[in-house]
Amino acid sequence: MAYDKFNILKTSGVPLPIENVDTDQIIPARFLKATERKGFGDNLFRDWRYHPDNSPKSDFILNNPIYGGKILVGGKNFGSGSSREHAAWAVYDYGFRCVVSSFFADIFRNNCLNIGVLPVQVSADFLHKIYTAIEADPKTEMVVDLQEQTITLVATGEKESFDINDYKKQNMLNGFDDIDYLMNIKENIREFAKNTPL
Amino acid sequence: MKKTLFDKVWDSHVVHTIENGPDVLFIDRHMIHEVTSPVAFLGLKSRGIPVMYPEKTFATADHNTPTINQHLPVEDPLSANQLRALEENSKLHGISYWGLGHEKNGIVHVVGPEYGITQPGATIVCGDSHTSTHGAFGAIAFGIGTSEVEMVLATQCIMQQKAKSMRINVNGSLSRGVTPKDVALYIISKLSTSGATGYFVEYAGEVFRNMSMEGRMTVCNLSIEMGARGGMIAPDEQTFEYIKGREFTPVGEAWDKAMAYWSTLKTDDGAQFDQEVTFDAADIEPMITYGTNPGMGMGISNGIPMAEAVEGGVATYKKSLQYMAFNEGDNMIGKPIDFVFLGSCTNGRIEDFRAFASIVKGRKKADNVTAWLVPGSHNVVTSIREEGILDILHEAGFELREPGCSACLAMNDDKVPTGKYAVSTSNRNFEGRQGPGSRTLLASPLVAAAAAVTGKVTDPRVLMEELV
Repeated sequence: MAYDKFNILKTSGVPLPIENVDTDQIIPARFLKATERKGFGDNLFRDWRYHPDNSPKSDFILNNPIYGGKILVGGKNFGSGSSREHAAWAVYDYGFRCVVSSFFADIFRNNCLNIGVLPVQVSADFLHKIYTAIEADPKTEMVVDLQEQTITLVATGEKESFDINDYKKQNMLNGFDDIDYLMNIKENIREFAKNTPL
Repeated sequence: MKKTLFDKVWDSHVVHTIENGPDVLFIDRHMIHEVTSPVAFLGLKSRGIPVMYPEKTFATADHNTPTINQHLPVEDPLSANQLRALEENSKLHGISYWGLGHEKNGIVHVVGPEYGITQPGATIVCGDSHTSTHGAFGAIAFGIGTSEVEMVLATQCIMQQKAKSMRINVNGSLSRGVTPKDVALYIISKLSTSGATGYFVEYAGEVFRNMSMEGRMTVCNLSIEMGARGGMIAPDEQTFEYIKGREFTPVGEAWDKAMAYWSTLKTDDGAQFDQEVTFDAADIEPMITYGTNPGMGMGISNGIPMAEAVEGGVATYKKSLQYMAFNEGDNMIGKPIDFVFLGSCTNGRIEDFRAFASIVKGRKKADNVTAWLVPGSHNVVTSIREEGILDILHEAGFELREPGCSACLAMNDDKVPTGKYAVSTSNRNFEGRQGPGSRTLLASPLVAAAAAVTGKVTDPRVLMEELV
């Protein structure tokens, strides 16, 4: 899927300081019945966000209007569990372009990279700094610079670098996806397939 | 250079390596189902590209299918729509399709091995995290997202960074009443749900060598629950015996050729792993989970750990106990339960039904328990009938349902109501996993059976003793 290019993102963030947030929480299974990739943002964190009668839970962070912005700041081991890409779609569809955590589950990280959501893995210390800053000022801004691979708290200038594989970085900077690449080497793949043992 | 089993299979499938980037990995077998494939097919359509090797893809409907009245049209219009999309897309692209009502229909990770689609040394992917199940045969098998499903349909490849390697050894012999499920839950409780993130795991040691193929599938299935990309076990005589003669297994000269290759699939002596951990089988007892992730498990006779014994994440731990309405230090034995679910790609095979029946034989289902017994495939149903297990279940007051994923992820009507407790042989106890507000205790088929006949959490070893 082609998506918007990602370069520099300057925005505030929504803090979700919970560990092991699994993809069943991000989008419960009963909302996976669509056959098109749209509308998943409405059900992002459905059971944490709404009562069974569909009224919003006032104590859940997404329902607190003082928080906003395009960065979701989650706890350690974010996105564990099911491989459902719908979780990444829901994050994107809601309006987030970046998820920050001190540790990501593998498939969720891959899914994000494939659809244009940047997973930024920071140290536990820096994650704590972000939470502290947002607590002090919910409108506090962060700058995520993909080219430089840094995330900065604007108010204090505190900054940390993050890792991203160079290939994925170029894809995100240019809005390319893996299929664009794979289609270009299709003949190599055909040659390879002739000699596979299975 | 000395290679691990994982290295051997991975390296032989690399079409191309990108510097500072991922490998382009060739995929031998692609399994698809109705939930994570429709958007991938839409992607193909919008790009105007066909499926490159339709004969390498296998479609089965399992995730949101009903487990009763499968001969009738599916009532839920959204589920019916997904099932129709799978059927139409399969037909359009020439993919074999085992839809509802087809004799080969069942849970993707149960039917793959049953028909010999799963083979040693293969790379196998599916848009489902429990694809790791197929690693039991010495395959590299893992779950992928929908964008990757589209990649495989379009090019038979995905782009992946090679994972780090971990070997998990379990030595000694298992005690009575301890099943492969308990071994897996024990390992996850020791390593945590993120302990193997970034790794591909090889299971080694006496316990796995002596384990049945179905037991190995259960263990590999749960690899994802400790964060691992997948788990695998070197193929051996038992593996070859299991796959021989199955429909998609090579025959004649092709079999001999395959065997020659498969026999090389083991970790070289002296090959290095990035991490290695070892456990003693004697330390493992029947397990049960008390929290809201699969790492929050314990030996069934223990008390729930105290918060101070939990490393980091105390807030999450407390949130979890609050959700379950349990307290630190509580004993699990004796806790009343409402539902029992036997089934899923973790424990929906014939051996699981045999284990369940061994406990319920001659007993009666507890009145307070609703039991959903859901086989993984029609083959499993046939065995249940032929082995007399169905009679045992009926005499004890249980009904058998039709195959599917069912209450494991509760996409169909099999949902545990808010606040109710379920002892489940499935793989996940996340908040709301089995229905909004449901509370899940993961356990083996033996523990599930003991709960089903007593109406509360019960150590199955007690009931096994009564049988003697």
